[in-house]
Amino acid sequence: MATEKRTIFSPELAARFDRLVTLYPVKRSALVPMLLYSQDEVGYISPEVIVELADRLDIRTNDVESVLSYYSMLRTKPVGKYNVQVCTNISCMLRNGYGILEHCKKRLGIGHKEVTPDGLFSLEEVECIGACCWAPAVQVNYDFYDDLTVEKMDQVLDDYQAGRGKVTV
Amino acid sequence: MADVTFTVDGKKLTAPAGTLLIDACRTAGIEIPAFCYYPGLSLQAACRMCVVRIEKMPKLQTACTTPVAEGMVVQTETEEVKQSRKAVLELLLGNHPLDCPVCDAGGECELQDMTFKYGAGESKYIETKQHREEQKWSPVVYFDRPRCILCYRCVRVCGEGMDVWALGVQNRGVTSVIAPNGGDHLGCEECGMCIDICPVGALTSDTYRYKTRPWEMNHVGTVCTHCGDGCKTTLGVKRSNDGMEIVRGDNRDKSGINNDFLCIKGRYAFDFANRTDRLTTPLVRQADGKLAPVSWEEALTFAANKLNEVRSNRGGNAIGVIGSNRTTNEENYLLQKFARGVLGTNNIDHHRTADYAAFAAALKGKANREASLRDFISAPAMLLLGNDPTEQHPALAWQIRSNVRQNRARLYVANHREIKLRRQAKAAVELPQDGYASFISYLAGNDGAFTGNDANDFREALRKEESLVIAFGSEFRGRDIQALVEFGLSMPNVKFACLGDYSNSRGAADMGLLPDLLPGYVPVASEHKFAEETGIEWPKQPGLDLVQMLDAAGSGEIGALYVVGANPVARYGVDPSALKNTFLVVQDMFLTETAVLADVVFPAANAYEKAGTITNTYGDLQLVKKAADKAGVRSDFELIVRLADKMGADPKKLVPFGKGVRADFGQSRGAQSGEADRHAVWLSANHLEPKLSPFDPFAIFDEIQRLVPSYNVPRLNLLAGNDEHVKSELVQIDTTGSRRDLVLPANDGLYTSGTLGRYSDKLAEVLASKTTEIAETAAD
Ligand code: SF4
Ligand code: SF4
Ligand code: SF4
Ligand code: FES
Ligand code: FES
Repeated sequence: MATEKRTIFSPELAARFDRLVTLYPVKRSALVPMLLYSQDEVGYISPEVIVELADRLDIRTNDVESVLSYYSMLRTKPVGKYNVQVCTNISCMLRNGYGILEHCKKRLGIGHKEVTPDGLFSLEEVECIGACCWAPAVQVNYDFYDDLTVEKMDQVLDDYQAGRGKVTV
Repeated sequence: MADVTFTVDGKKLTAPAGTLLIDACRTAGIEIPAFCYYPGLSLQAACRMCVVRIEKMPKLQTACTTPVAEGMVVQTETEEVKQSRKAVLELLLGNHPLDCPVCDAGGECELQDMTFKYGAGESKYIETKQHREEQKWSPVVYFDRPRCILCYRCVRVCGEGMDVWALGVQNRGVTSVIAPNGGDHLGCEECGMCIDICPVGALTSDTYRYKTRPWEMNHVGTVCTHCGDGCKTTLGVKRSNDGMEIVRGDNRDKSGINNDFLCIKGRYAFDFANRTDRLTTPLVRQADGKLAPVSWEEALTFAANKLNEVRSNRGGNAIGVIGSNRTTNEENYLLQKFARGVLGTNNIDHHRTADYAAFAAALKGKANREASLRDFISAPAMLLLGNDPTEQHPALAWQIRSNVRQNRARLYVANHREIKLRRQAKAAVELPQDGYASFISYLAGNDGAFTGNDANDFREALRKEESLVIAFGSEFRGRDIQALVEFGLSMPNVKFACLGDYSNSRGAADMGLLPDLLPGYVPVASEHKFAEETGIEWPKQPGLDLVQMLDAAGSGEIGALYVVGANPVARYGVDPSALKNTFLVVQDMFLTETAVLADVVFPAANAYEKAGTITNTYGDLQLVKKAADKAGVRSDFELIVRLADKMGADPKKLVPFGKGVRADFGQSRGAQSGEADRHAVWLSANHLEPKLSPFDPFAIFDEIQRLVPSYNVPRLNLLAGNDEHVKSELVQIDTTGSRRDLVLPANDGLYTSGTLGRYSDKLAEVLASKTTEIAETAAD
C-alpha cells in the first residue's frame, strides 16, 4: 500500500493522494491535481516529487515531466515565501499593469521569476488571472489585490514584509 | 456491428457502424491525407490534414476521429478542404528546414508528398526559421528537431505499441518538442519503430542516415534471419564493388505476419552481411597447419575425396553432419538427403532450441490446432507459459500487446521470472523454475499439484475462456508438451505455439535434420516413401545425435564432420583438441570458432543472399527472396550439390531437375520411372515449370511438397510473398518411445542472436551502450 511506502509528503497529503488515484477511470488522470497539491506543500516540483508521483500513478518520470512542462503555473524551482504575480494581460496592461510590474522590480530588486536574497519575495509576470474588471490585478500566493496603484502596491508589499499577511484590500 | 450507408464524393459506401471515416474512405480507395492518424494507435487529431466537409456539420471535420453514420454525406476534396489543408501545410512549413535534398525521408516523405499535392510553396509567414542541431539519442536513433511536425506518432508507437514510453512531448504550443526519457538520450529497446513511423525525416537511424536516397535502392521483401518469429522485412539494396549491399532494413510492406513491427535485429542487424572479414574464397588447411585460400575446384575435390575415403574405408557411420538453424527448408532437406543418400549415414542433427518433435507428436492428426503468429493479434484470450517474448520473440510480444490494447484480449502469464508482458496480463502466476509441469497438472484439475498465490483465480478465469491460444517456451519438452497439449485439448478451441529460437529452427526439425526422424518426422526405421521416390538407399538405423557426434569425434569413432552454417564448438563449448583427428568441413560466412578448426572451409551466403522457404516457430511457411549478393560466396544449397557431384553422386537424384520433355507422363508408374521423370509428372500435374538448374531450390521444394504432406500448402500464395501455415496434423511421427532431451535454449535477448549476432556491429554497439548504462546505474 502506498501509505506504508516511504513518501516525501506529509501523512495528510499522502492519504489524500491514495484516495485521489482511485477517483478516475484511469489513474494518470490524477496527475495534474497531484502536481498542484505537491507544489503547495513542497513549494515547487522537485525531482523527488516527480519520482514519487510517477510511481504512484504507474507512469514514467518523463510522462510527469511532459505534463509539468506544459503548465506554466507549475514550477521546478523554489520561489520566495511570497510569490508576487503581476498580471500584464490586456485589461491590466491598459490600466498600468506594466507600471506595477516595473515598480515591483525596482522595489524588490529582482526580475521575472527571480527571488530576493532573503527568500521573502519572488516576482512573476503572469497572464490574465481573471480579475480584469478590477484591473490592474496582482496575486500574492493565493490572495488577490486589485484596482491597484503604485502606492497601494507598496502598501501590500509593506504588509507582507512586516509579516502582517493580507491586510490591505 | 450493423452496417451503415453513407455517401463520400458522390459514391455510396457501406461500412460497419463505428468505423472511422478515414478508414472507411481508404478502404473504398478514397485517399484522405493524415499526418497524426495511424491505424492501431490512439487518436490524436493534432494535425488537421484529414479535414473533410460533412453536410449538416458547421465546420470542417477531422475524418480521423469521426465515425461514419447512417446517411452521412461527405466531400473530401472541395476547394474549401484543399484551402484548409494548404493552410495547415503552410503552418507546418513555417519552421520546416526544407532540406529535402539531403534528408533521409526525401522521396518518401509524407510532408513532401502533401506539399506537392496541395502546393504551399509560398507563405505569408516571414518569421526566421529556428534552427536546432540534430541530436544523437542512442546508437540507433537520431533526432532533427526542426523537421518534426509534432504528429506524436513516435510518442504513441513507443508508448502504446512498444510499452516502452521512452518518448514524450515537452512544453506547449510553438515550443513543443519531442523529448527522450533520458534528458538528452534514450533508454529504450532500440526497435526503431519511432523512426519507421515518423512521416518526415525528424527521426533517423544511424544505420541509414545520409547513406543513399530511396529511389537509388532496389527493395526486396524477404524474411528476417534472426529470431524464430520470421518477420517479413524489406531490404533496400544497392550496387557495391563486390555485389549488392544491404543499406536498409525496414517494414514498408505491412502485410506480413508481423504487421507493423520489426525489432532492432530485423531492422538494423543485417550489417553482418556487409562485413569486410567475410569469407570469400574457399580455404584448405595446408601442410604447415595453416588455412590458405585455394580455388573452388581444389577445395571441392579435396573435401570430396576425403569424405569418399572415410566413407569407403570406415563406412557412412564414421561421418557426421551438423546442420543450421538459419538455412532454408530446401537446404535442410537437401542436406539430410545428402547425408543419408550420399554419405550413407543418419548421423545428422542441429542445435535444437525447442522440442518440435514432441510437439509434432502431440498434435499429430489434430487439424487446426497450431497457432500462427497471426492468431496472437486476434485471439480473445492468450496463455503464455514460460519464455520472455519481449526479449526472445519480440514480434510475438508486439502482437500480444496490440491484441490486448486493441481488442481487449485477455492475457494469462505463468512464468518463473517477472517478465515485462505481465504488465498486459489479466492474471499472472509466479512459478518455481521447475514448476511448469506441475502447474499444467494443476490447471488440468489436479489440485494437489500446485499451490501458489492467485493460482485458483487464475485457473478459474482461464477455464472459462471459450477460445484460447497457448504459447509455451523451451521450459516444456517431451512428455510435458504432451501433457500440456492434452490439457489444452480438454478446453474448447485451443491452439498452441511452441517457441524456439532461430529463424529456421522449426524448418530444421521439420526437414529431418535429426538422427532418428526424416522430413515430416517420419521415423528412419519405418517403411517410408523417400526411398521409393528418390531411388536412393536410405539407412534405417537411427544415427548419433549432436552431442554423441561431438563425443564420437573426440574418441575417434567419427572420422569426418560436415558442418553447415553452425558453430557447435562455441555453442557446446567443445575443446578444440577433441576435433584434432576429425576431417572437418565447414560452410560459413565467417571464420567462427568451428571454422578455424576446419580442414576445408567454404564461404557461404546468408539468408539475405538466397532464395527458398523458411518456417517460423509457429509453423508459418514463408518465401525468402534473394536481396543481396557478395562476390565469392555460394549458397549452402549450391555447395551441397557441388560437393555431392564431386563425390560422384548423381546430382539428378539429389535434386530433381531437368527439362523433362521426354518425361513419363504416368504410363509406366513404378520403380522404372526415375526421379527426374516422376518429378516431371508431378510438375505437369501441378501446372508448374520444370526446373532447369541443379542449384534451383524450388526443385527441392517441389520434392518437399510431394513427400512431406504437412508442407503441401497452396503454392501461389506463398510465391506471392504471403505466409502459409503448414499442416501440422499431417506429420507422420510415431509417438511411441521417448527421445533423449537435447534442447539447449539459446537464451538470446533483444540484442543478441547467437554466433550471427556477434558479427553485427550495430548489435555489439547497442549491447555495449546498455552495459555502460547498467554499470552507471549500479554505481549510483
Ligand atoms: S527505438 Fe523503439 S523503444 Fe526506442 S524510442 Fe523509438 S520506439 Fe521507443
Ligand atoms: S519526430 Fe516524427 S513521428 Fe515524432 S512527432 Fe515529430 S514528426 Fe511526428
Ligand atoms: S522479432 Fe524476430 S523475426 Fe522479427 S525482426 Fe525481430 S529478430 Fe527478426
Ligand atoms: S487581464 Fe489582468 S486579470 Fe485579466
Ligand atoms: S489525421 Fe486527423 S487530425 Fe491528424
